Amino acid sequence: MMDDLRELYQEVIFDHNRNPRNFYAMENADRQIDGFNPLCGDKLTVYLKLDGDKIAEASFQGEGCAISTASASLMTDMVKGLTEAEAHTLFEQFHKIAMGEDDSQLDQIGKLAVLAGVKEYPARVKCATLPWHTLEAALAGNKEAVTTE
Amino acid sequence: MNDSKKLAAAYDVEKIRLDFPVLDQQIRGKQLVYLDNAATSQKPQAVIDSIVNYYQNDNSNVHRGVHSLSERATLSYENARKKVQTFLNASSEKEIVFTRGATEAINLVANGFAETLKAGDEIVISAMEHHSNIVPWQMVCEKTGAILKVAPINQQGELIIDQLEALLGSKTKLLAISHMSNALGTINPIEQIIDLAHQRDIPVLVDGAQALPHIVVDVQALDCEFYVFSGHKLYAPTGIGALYGKMEQLEKLAPYQGGGDMIRQVSFDKTVYNSVPYKFEAGTPNIAGTIGLGAAIDYINEIGIDAIAQHENDLLDYATQKVAAIDKLRIIGTASNKGAILSFVLKGIHPHDIGTILDGDGLAIRAGHHCAMPVMDFYKVPATARASFAMYNTRSEVDALIVGIENLIEMFG
Repeated sequence: MMDDLRELYQEVIFDHNRNPRNFYAMENADRQIDGFNPLCGDKLTVYLKLDGDKIAEASFQGEGCAISTASASLMTDMVKGLTEAEAHTLFEQFHKIAMGEDDSQLDQIGKLAVLAGVKEYPARVKCATLPWHTLEAALAGNKEAVTTE
Repeated sequence: MNDSKKLAAAYDVEKIRLDFPVLDQQIRGKQLVYLDNAATSQKPQAVIDSIVNYYQNDNSNVHRGVHSLSERATLSYENARKKVQTFLNASSEKEIVFTRGATEAINLVANGFAETLKAGDEIVISAMEHHSNIVPWQMVCEKTGAILKVAPINQQGELIIDQLEALLGSKTKLLAISHMSNALGTINPIEQIIDLAHQRDIPVLVDGAQALPHIVVDVQALDCEFYVFSGHKLYAPTGIGALYGKMEQLEKLAPYQGGGDMIRQVSFDKTVYNSVPYKFEAGTPNIAGTIGLGAAIDYINEIGIDAIAQHENDLLDYATQKVAAIDKLRIIGTASNKGAILSFVLKGIHPHDIGTILDGDGLAIRAGHHCAMPVMDFYKVPATARASFAMYNTRSEVDALIVGIENLIEMFG
């Protein structure tokens, strides 16, 4: 397999795809919102429990490719305990890296760095960012489903 | 030697490949294997040359000027119409309307039909249609109060003919149906379907976008009222296609767009429309694309649709046999009469991952819903991976696909 592809499909991606973390429908969630990528049919629901302006718990359910599943799995792990502002900053840093705009903060995004390889695959960037756009909409209190198109 | 053996012996795929310059390239360091032909086919040098030649030597507007360039452009443009006529065996070239593609052709008919529909009228389509043969009818129904009826398919992806027949009644104003499914490869028994509709005096529109590159079509023998196709799936440029319509149908149909070329006389009080087909061709058309379409038809005729179909069917049979050995692979669409499309899913691997990883091997396949979301819903899959074959594909390319699939299954573990 060639290098770009190996960088995108690292073992940790396969691991999260096989065993996604926080993969359940949360009961009594404070926020719940659907995300949808009509281009490829990826669908997920993000659930949040909030404690003041902090994310107390995050989970997701749905079906998608390895990239979107791993991204949602990593995201729900990492935003637990963050404030809304902190989660937003993390997404902004990750988004810039995924879009290939600026990777100077690669060391700031922790485990999400495994998804950086997506920047070589423009058609797949939306797979990696769909869970995050859905999270942002949930934090904003939106009710309407998020779509990438 | 029987006829089919003769065809096979004469078919020189390596020679054909040389006519398609795009095939000779590396993708991410690997030889390109292009298996996304149901989305769009590659273009032979003859088609590319025809476009270059038009812009280099003949560029001018059609049906307008009296100068030499305009006459040449008009002649080439109208010659392409005759080539399409002959290719479809229409009785007159006036029955060929150039459009941007199959989608626009369907919209053109839908738009004209809307004028004649009233609330409670019915339009029948099938469950395997491409969005382009669903949405225009939904829009028409919304506008007129007509009702859209959908004939179901079975698990193999075949139309259930008696259920289709049950939907055809006195309220049915049109049956719009694909000749061949882009998502499943199913080839519908189109003669039988048209016959069932005609027994009840129901006109039929056939979406031939997927079928025409693989099947000899004779619109007079089919006796359908409309047949639509896209050039770009037929080795021609994008942005050009055609609507065939029986003359009496086209004459009844309201114009689609207003503008130049589609009129005979204009004053601020009254406009007299041009005759068929020009009343449907408003504005300066895609002249280069149309000439390219003519060149593509010439190219196909040199090889012969029958020979092409036989080659592609061999590839489909070969690929179908090979993938049968892959446990995790499930073919979506197993109709007994199928064209060169292999749609599949792999257990635990999303089609978009399949598409990206195969691209790393130089393999271009389609991953997605193929603009047929109702078909995906029917099979309860979000998407499929689809390999589709054309005249220039080879058995060794199928082998490369199989190796690619086996590798990615191993990768995902």
